[in-house]
Amino acid sequence: MNTPSTPNRPQYPTAPRWATRLLHWFCAPHLVEEMEGDLHELFCQRVELVGLRQAQWRYVRDVFSLMRPFIIKRQPNGPAYREYPHPNHTDMLQNYLKIAWRGLIKHKAYSFINIGGLAVGMAVAMLIGLWMYDELTYNRYFQNYNRIAKVMQRGTAEGIVFNGGYMPLPLGNELRTAYAGDFKHVVMSSWTGEHILAYGNEKFTKTGNYLSPEAPEMLTLKMLSGTRAGLHDPASILLSQSVAQALFGTTDPVGKIVKLDNKLNVKVTGVYEDFPVNTEFRDMKFMAPWALYVSSEEWVKRAQDNAEWNNNSWQILAQLAPNADFDAVSAKIKDLRVKHVPETAYMKPEFYLQPMSRWHLYTGWDKAGNVDGRIQYVWLFGIIGVFVLLLACINFMNLSTARSEKRAKEVGIRKSVGSVRSQLIGQFFSESILVAGLAFIISLLLVAIALPFFNEVADKQLDILWTNPVFWLSGLVFSLLTGLIAGSYPALYLSSFQAVKVLKGTFRVGRLASLPRQVLVVVQFAVSVTLIIGTLIVFRQIQHAKNRPIGYDRNGLITVAMNTPELYQQYNVLRGELLQTGAVVEMSTSSAPATNLNSNNGGFDWEGKDPNFKDSFGTIAVTHDFGKTVGWQFVEGRDFSRAFATDSSGMVLNQTAVKYMGLKDPVGKIVTWRGRPFRVVGVVKDMVMKSPFEPTYQTVFMLDYGWANVINIKLNPTLSASESLAKIKAIFNRFNPGSPFDYKFTDQEYALKFAAEERIGTLASGFAILAVFISCLGLFGLASFVAEQRTKEIGIRKVLGATVFNLWQMLSKDFVVLVFIAFGIATPVAWYLLSGWLQKYEYHTEISWWIFAVTGAGALLITVLTVSFQSIKAALMNPVKSLRSE
Amino acid sequence: MKGTYLGEFEEVVLLAVAIRAGDAYGAAIVSEIEQQMGRAVNLGAVHSALNRLQEKGLVTSQMGGVTQERGGRRKRLYSVTGAGRRALEEIRVLRNQMWDAIPKAAWS
Repeated sequence: MNTPSTPNRPQYPTAPRWATRLLHWFCAPHLVEEMEGDLHELFCQRVELVGLRQAQWRYVRDVFSLMRPFIIKRQPNGPAYREYPHPNHTDMLQNYLKIAWRGLIKHKAYSFINIGGLAVGMAVAMLIGLWMYDELTYNRYFQNYNRIAKVMQRGTAEGIVFNGGYMPLPLGNELRTAYAGDFKHVVMSSWTGEHILAYGNEKFTKTGNYLSPEAPEMLTLKMLSGTRAGLHDPASILLSQSVAQALFGTTDPVGKIVKLDNKLNVKVTGVYEDFPVNTEFRDMKFMAPWALYVSSEEWVKRAQDNAEWNNNSWQILAQLAPNADFDAVSAKIKDLRVKHVPETAYMKPEFYLQPMSRWHLYTGWDKAGNVDGRIQYVWLFGIIGVFVLLLACINFMNLSTARSEKRAKEVGIRKSVGSVRSQLIGQFFSESILVAGLAFIISLLLVAIALPFFNEVADKQLDILWTNPVFWLSGLVFSLLTGLIAGSYPALYLSSFQAVKVLKGTFRVGRLASLPRQVLVVVQFAVSVTLIIGTLIVFRQIQHAKNRPIGYDRNGLITVAMNTPELYQQYNVLRGELLQTGAVVEMSTSSAPATNLNSNNGGFDWEGKDPNFKDSFGTIAVTHDFGKTVGWQFVEGRDFSRAFATDSSGMVLNQTAVKYMGLKDPVGKIVTWRGRPFRVVGVVKDMVMKSPFEPTYQTVFMLDYGWANVINIKLNPTLSASESLAKIKAIFNRFNPGSPFDYKFTDQEYALKFAAEERIGTLASGFAILAVFISCLGLFGLASFVAEQRTKEIGIRKVLGATVFNLWQMLSKDFVVLVFIAFGIATPVAWYLLSGWLQKYEYHTEISWWIFAVTGAGALLITVLTVSFQSIKAALMNPVKSLRSE
Repeated sequence: MKGTYLGEFEEVVLLAVAIRAGDAYGAAIVSEIEQQMGRAVNLGAVHSALNRLQEKGLVTSQMGGVTQERGGRRKRLYSVTGAGRRALEEIRVLRNQMWDAIPKAAWS
């Protein structure tokens, strides 16, 4: 019975090998031999008793029945298993982690402040990092990123340097022929504009460009169907995927005929993947051939036929030849304008190539011609991110050092039990790295939650770069670094204690020990206060510009684009019908909406003009009813009127124009432009048509029914807007069936002018709130620590007769002093930075002293509230309790 | 040490260890129980019971030497401790007491 299987018998039957392998996998190494032996023995027995199949079945069942915790669990170092314990490195690490974990659980409030604060800081830094990454990778979608350039020109007019991308048409040909060796492609392009696309009953207003046929090749379009060569046919169009979907749904658009602007029939020759949001051409939803543009637009054809070098109305994009370089080619082409238009020499105009890598971040210049682009904001936010992160790290270090002093006894015991210093250093480091790691995980969660809101505010489509190894690497390196820095004080300082002194109780923290902590608090508050002041001033500036009188009435004013020939032909009938509905009080056309002064011209002549004066005016063509529609206000003279036939060559000036021209008594004066005399009939108050942060531009309004781009409509204020719009829509659909009825509210368009500033304001306030929050957490933690350290002192003071108020005062005073110092540092810094920012705006608010006063008072209030919670708690404590021990 | 309460299966395993005195190891106990009680027993259940008995101090164990059987694998040999023996005896006394307390009339 004891030896069921005879050893010399050949062992034919075998147990299922996979089950054996499974056993080896889960079973603790020190038990494997025993278990395998038992299994093997039973198997051999059973083969004889019940047969192979049954024995195998039982074998498998036994293996599974062995899956029990005590069998899986790896061997502990207990005396029951080994004669002597053999602790190794992982055992000690385990112990450190256990102690760290227990420490966190025991001091829940501290842990929350510590981990939460660091996580918030990391999350902010991560968001900013993602944003910066997005900005810096702008346009990288294009494979020829490093070879594409935009042709631009710079010059000086009236001492002000200007840079622009408006190019004359013949330049494209010149570059293509005379400089063929330098360019691989030269692409003419219209500006991205709204056009009507119609197929069957579907019609939409979409934005797109007219481009030379090489454009798809240069921009490396990802074609979903059709070919990149599609634009070589002058009656063709390339659609983006989104437009194709909107017009055709699921059917294949290639080969179908689409109607463009209700007048041109074009064949779809391809569909391309939409450009991503972080590219220059994100709004280019379709591409039409340049040849079609020339043949269908009279003024473009004229510019081409007559080689109008002085008509700067288009864009030129180019891809350099492989051996060419941007600077060299720029130098070659720089004098072309003067060569072809010698009379512009006074402006010293120069053509140059702006490489694609500089389009997004480095396009923007101040009056002296220095780069003043978006890169500044990338820097600004980068600095904010670093600061917020710094605050969080400071907190983290602050709290860990404060906490660690309570652990001097632990250090003493560990040392007397036999720890060497390097082990203690390892312990404190592993602890702080654990906490930093936890914070990193939480911050990932926070970012995932915050991203949708952030995207909305920042007008981005950011995602966490889950698959980007650099992202993970930097996150891990950062956590590690934070852990190491934060842990360095306890690790290096505490581990140097002498065990005897600590345990005997003669160990004292030096008087200067709290100095670094105080410095840290000061830095934190200085940063927070600076951010608060910054936010307040940004919002003040926005409000300042919003309160500016705009010179016309934008309530109930809408604009509709004049986008089809029908509107021009039937304008008067349309006007009559619209007025008849009662939904419209007044209506007129103009060359530009009131929110966008888009045309500048020189060459005006008037009595008393200095012949050397190079004038420039904003020019707007209007109709008789324009004034009544927008509600402009006259300071002199009168509005255009049908009662005077001579008004067909009338002109209205704005106040700035009168000052600019130096006219004493402008009404009735003659102004000549392009050989045509105009009589000034009136002067209006300045209207804010461009940026509300800039002074009004000198502008002339001329009567011209032919030069009309938009219809301005004043809605009836007694009817609701939706009611009026429904009526207007019905009439527009009748008169203009080829176009969807799209309208824009002028007040909304006006509000868009503040979008960039408001975005900065919202983001800055968000960061400021977070910075204050983090600083308060730090302060709160520190206050509670101080209160705890001084428990005995407070007890004795109470016994000796101190009141709660006295104690509160004593405990709060130190912090208030710190905040005052921080405020003293932050004020000049904020003043310096923000006066620089405000200088960029010509129309700007003043930095008034009360902003600083309010911020200071606010910071003080927050400090006192934060600290009071702890100090009152400490002051209310029963002295019997605090003095009883010892 | 955990409570010394003995479950039914633990009692059976403990008895089997006693029966195979000197040569009580996992597989032997399994076949002993299967023979004595005529029911199939899982190896895992037996080891689990042995583990608990050892934690309660009712059995001790030590590794045996290398033998030719089981492919040269060593086995862990269990033996009943004094406490184990007392526990078994207590159960037996208790059972006997209760048997004695049954009135004759109960069987009629």
